Amino acid sequence: MSLPHLFLFVGLPYAAILLFLVGTVQRYRNTGFKVSSLSSQFLEGRALFWGAVPFHFGILVVLLGHLIAFLLPGGTLLWNSSPVRLIVLEVTAFTFGLSTFVGLVALLVRRFTNPRVKMVTTRMDVALELLLLAQVVLGLWIALGYRWGSSWFAADLSPYLMSLFTFDPNITAVSAMPLVIQLHIIGAWLLIAIFPQTRLVHMLVAPLHYLARPYQRVIWNWDRAAIRNPETPWSEMRPKNN
Amino acid sequence: MDIRAQISMVFHLDKCIGCHTCSVACKNIWTDRKGAEYQWWNNVETKPGTGYPGRWEDQEIYKGGWQRDTNGGIQLKGAGKKKGLINIFHNPNFPTVEDYYEPFTYDYLNLVEAPAGDDQPTARPVSLITGEPIDVKMGPNWDDDLGGTPDYARNDPNLEKLSPAEREAMFQLERMAFFYLPRICNHCLNPGCVASCPSGAIYKRGEDGIVLINQKVCRAWRMCVTACPYKKAYYNWYTGKSEKCILCYPRLEAGLAPACMHSCVGRIRYIGVLLYDAERIQAAASAADADLVARHLDMLVDPFDEEVIAAAQKNGVPDSTIKAAQDSPTYRFVKEWRLALPLHPEFRTLPMLFYVPPLLPVVASVREVADEQKKKSLNEISKVWPDNWLYDTSTEELWGTVEQVRFPLQYLASLFSAGDTGAVAARLKKLMAVRIFRRFKTVGDVSEEIMTKVLADTGLTQETAEAIFRLTALAKFNERFVIPPAHREQALEMLEFTGDARGSTGFGFRERPARGL
Ligand code: SF4
Ligand code: SF4
Repeated sequence: MSLPHLFLFVGLPYAAILLFLVGTVQRYRNTGFKVSSLSSQFLEGRALFWGAVPFHFGILVVLLGHLIAFLLPGGTLLWNSSPVRLIVLEVTAFTFGLSTFVGLVALLVRRFTNPRVKMVTTRMDVALELLLLAQVVLGLWIALGYRWGSSWFAADLSPYLMSLFTFDPNITAVSAMPLVIQLHIIGAWLLIAIFPQTRLVHMLVAPLHYLARPYQRVIWNWDRAAIRNPETPWSEMRPKNN
Repeated sequence: MDIRAQISMVFHLDKCIGCHTCSVACKNIWTDRKGAEYQWWNNVETKPGTGYPGRWEDQEIYKGGWQRDTNGGIQLKGAGKKKGLINIFHNPNFPTVEDYYEPFTYDYLNLVEAPAGDDQPTARPVSLITGEPIDVKMGPNWDDDLGGTPDYARNDPNLEKLSPAEREAMFQLERMAFFYLPRICNHCLNPGCVASCPSGAIYKRGEDGIVLINQKVCRAWRMCVTACPYKKAYYNWYTGKSEKCILCYPRLEAGLAPACMHSCVGRIRYIGVLLYDAERIQAAASAADADLVARHLDMLVDPFDEEVIAAAQKNGVPDSTIKAAQDSPTYRFVKEWRLALPLHPEFRTLPMLFYVPPLLPVVASVREVADEQKKKSLNEISKVWPDNWLYDTSTEELWGTVEQVRFPLQYLASLFSAGDTGAVAARLKKLMAVRIFRRFKTVGDVSEEIMTKVLADTGLTQETAEAIFRLTALAKFNERFVIPPAHREQALEMLEFTGDARGSTGFGFRERPARGL
């Protein structure tokens, strides 16, 4: 356990989480208008399909996998106790990882070759996508070179993450990990740190509440019951729109 | 009964001269901004034509609007909870810039700043997206006045219902006819855009039925663009937010007519309140194709009916709005006189913008007659071309010109009544009857007998015919635009509660609408 390790695996995570929380609240409250998925499908639709679809479905499954292994390490290990199930899990994860990679590369190519899409590309988009690409490449490398990731993640990394959240950091295991894995972990914290300042914010406003609402929405600026009552003081009726 | 008020519009197509003043008025106020250059919240199309965006009426391409499902309910055709969320990463039915046109300007500066040389400097077109010189291939009214007919007018989706012979007849040079179709958002009662928005950013205002997109809640999921069958929800490629016609609500709230209506040169536009029964929306939207128009009109209720007034009052509709509904020119055109029809009712969004179908292309017929006979029937000083065509504008035939029109009724029916030619013919006959009545009064070459007969045929009284004539031809500003007071003292749309903003820099949207990181 050296000082750099302490910085990278304890300092950086806490800084990242803090930046994430403060940044998100700040972004949403002060510049709410800018919280958007910033789709560029209007400018280019065909290449987007071959990028956005494999990328999003891929990364959703991969992220979910990481989350499950983190939250349910016991369950993951139990699942992996049968070699067939382990292989099924690893192959599925790797397939979706590949799909993420292919999609991301397609998106990057589209971003750099389509003149219209270039016009809506910010420096942050490029930085973010390169960081993501590095992260996905490292992830695939780890999956191939350091088998079996789902098991050792549940056994060694899950406790490390847990220890951060219980404010009792234990980095013995991470410090001993191979460099590739350490880089992947550091990349993840960096992503979390810059998250609120990037287009990734659209993940936080994923419209799942759509499933629960009726299709039509009518908003009244007036309180319909109160408005005709002469006893209602007008100042109590507030617009319900903003 | 759940009586609510809706600000509705009527466009009298006979009067539209296709000047595009409305479009320019709207553009100058609302969409002259980066990312919105291509958006024409108000646009004027030539019919027959493919319109803007190209072939927007063809829902096999764009999958807009609602369709009936097997159990008699309705589902969004290309969006909705399932389709919308699955296609959220890439919407397969989303129109892209090529479907509209690439916005452009001209490099005017070059005219002034080009160095002296042998050639006259030119202003090349440059793209407003990339800033690079482009070859302009498309514009918002590229097919104006039937320009480029082989590519545009002949691809009008409404021609599909016509037989090949009828179609050919429409495009014979001698019989060629067209009219203008100005379009804005219909502020529908069953809006596809609202239903499709995963974020819930789009809503209908209860008080006046205006459909708006909350710019702070929109997240660019782009489903409204697909779900609006009229393609009146647009995606701003720069800010990453969708936008649409707001019916100039800041003007309406101040008692002014929307800019497109105020500036309309042909005075074709009317605005007024309609009271409707919200409980009948579901039934009207899921009616069989043949009943759609009837059910749509059934929803609109009589503002003079005591019961309706009581129900409206109970619902918090102010007396001033009920009064406006009683004076409403749109109620007159749509319900009382039954002269106006909704555009494409088969999209099932229950549009609240109604059109008086155009009589002009049908009022005269071109008939093939022997040259001799033609000469005989005309005054000897009239100029006669040596061919066999007679452009007949006489009113002798009464309904003949309505039924054997130059412009197939089926075409108008495909636009305005989900294919019901009867509904269109009834309205055209009324328009014709009013003309015959006025001709009787002012020119005097129509006999009283014919005049009474046409009025009786169409069920109009002389007073009604006179009233239709007045509102069509003479109505002044305050008769065409009957705008209910918005009662801003009760609530301020898009503005905060006044007390909250006291001592601060002001009301409203204070963030610069720029693109996010
Ligand atoms: S016309 Fe389109 S945008 Fe306007 S309310 Fe209807 S569905 Fe929505
Ligand atoms: S301003 Fe009026 S007359 Fe001119 S195009 Fe628009 S709707 Fe038609």
